[in-house]
Amino acid sequence: MSEWRLYEVFVRSKHGLNHKHVGSVHAADAEMAMENARDLYTRRSEGVSIWVVPSDSITASASDEKEVLFDPSEDKVYRHASFYKLPDEVGHM
Amino acid sequence: MYAQLVETGAKRLKTLEEMSPEERAFQEKVDAEIKIEAKNWMPEGYRKTLVRQISQHAHSEVVGMLPEGNWVTRAPTLKRKLQLMAKIQDEAGHGLYLYSAMETLGADRDEEIEKLHQGKAKYSSIFNYPTLNWADMGAVGWLVDGAAIVNQVVLQRTSYGPYSRAMVRICKEESFHQRQGYQILLDLMRGGTDEQKAMVQDAINRLWWPSLMMFGPHDDESPNSQQSLAWKIKRKSNDELRQMFIDQTVPQLEFLGCTAPDPDLKWNEETGHYDFGEINWQEFYDVLKGNGPCNRERIRTRKKAIDEGAWVREAAVAYAKKQKQRTAAA
Repeated sequence: MSEWRLYEVFVRSKHGLNHKHVGSVHAADAEMAMENARDLYTRRSEGVSIWVVPSDSITASASDEKEVLFDPSEDKVYRHASFYKLPDEVGHM
Repeated sequence: MYAQLVETGAKRLKTLEEMSPEERAFQEKVDAEIKIEAKNWMPEGYRKTLVRQISQHAHSEVVGMLPEGNWVTRAPTLKRKLQLMAKIQDEAGHGLYLYSAMETLGADRDEEIEKLHQGKAKYSSIFNYPTLNWADMGAVGWLVDGAAIVNQVVLQRTSYGPYSRAMVRICKEESFHQRQGYQILLDLMRGGTDEQKAMVQDAINRLWWPSLMMFGPHDDESPNSQQSLAWKIKRKSNDELRQMFIDQTVPQLEFLGCTAPDPDLKWNEETGHYDFGEINWQEFYDVLKGNGPCNRERIRTRKKAIDEGAWVREAAVAYAKKQKQRTAAA
């Protein structure tokens, strides 16, 4: 079975929500991946929509790139609403 | 526990000072409860131990379908048949979640399954016992899945991310298994004939000790358990988990109106736990070595399923290839 392609499975649990990664399946083709994903990840109405994506089509950030990619956003507190203090009289904004 | 006696390769625990900088950074991450992910650096021993433990766990789920499969055609009602099939389908799913988690470590699924078939990889000793009467389906759900839940709830906090996430998913589904099992026994005890009630007690008598063996041997000072705990692959010791299981199970046993085949089982006011008798460890090691009542039959059945299903897999590949060619031609 290992010679079958690996597919990553994403499930939208409810209308209006994002698809979320739930796991992976092996399959001979995309159609079979879809069927396997349905059987494996939505046996208890966990989803209303499924995506299957060949695992080797995903480009992932490397763990040693973590600092390069994500540290620059750490010192930019002014990007958060809570940075801007307003007088109470202004009310909810 | 679904994984018993997992070799870690450790002779003794290294101190932080003795570790390489990479090992130390890894251990500090584990100590800080930061999950390890597939692409992170990890000691080779950690990777190998996880492959052994997760594959053993996956094999247990898969072989675990066999004792129940025995009762699909014999279940007393259509409702029970449907429930049993749903449970068996879950076990297949659990095996697949776990094989996927194992593959993130670079292990090959077919190779690991081949090791099972060659007798090189283990699966839980419990599945080498036969399921002789209908009450066994109840006792398996209640006791065997119950013991698995105790183990797996704790494993949700295991240090390896993909294993931990597989456990979260499995635990969500597992409590249906235990409840349906208990309900089978409850129905028999409440509305059954004397013969049916005797059947329940017989099932408990046979499955009680093997269920306690699921948690594995006593914790000793063995480097394997210490290393697994230090890496937080395991989160609680075998004896702790076994005690938790007994403490929660005995009141359920009493509610059924049944007894355990253990004259030493009694509540200990001082410790706040149940005391219980010594497990027959000779039997445990015999079963683990392949000499339980059903070991050979289980492996034979697994092999047969793989061999006789080969044409289906080949046909699927041929079909996929043909579809691809057709799409390309159109």
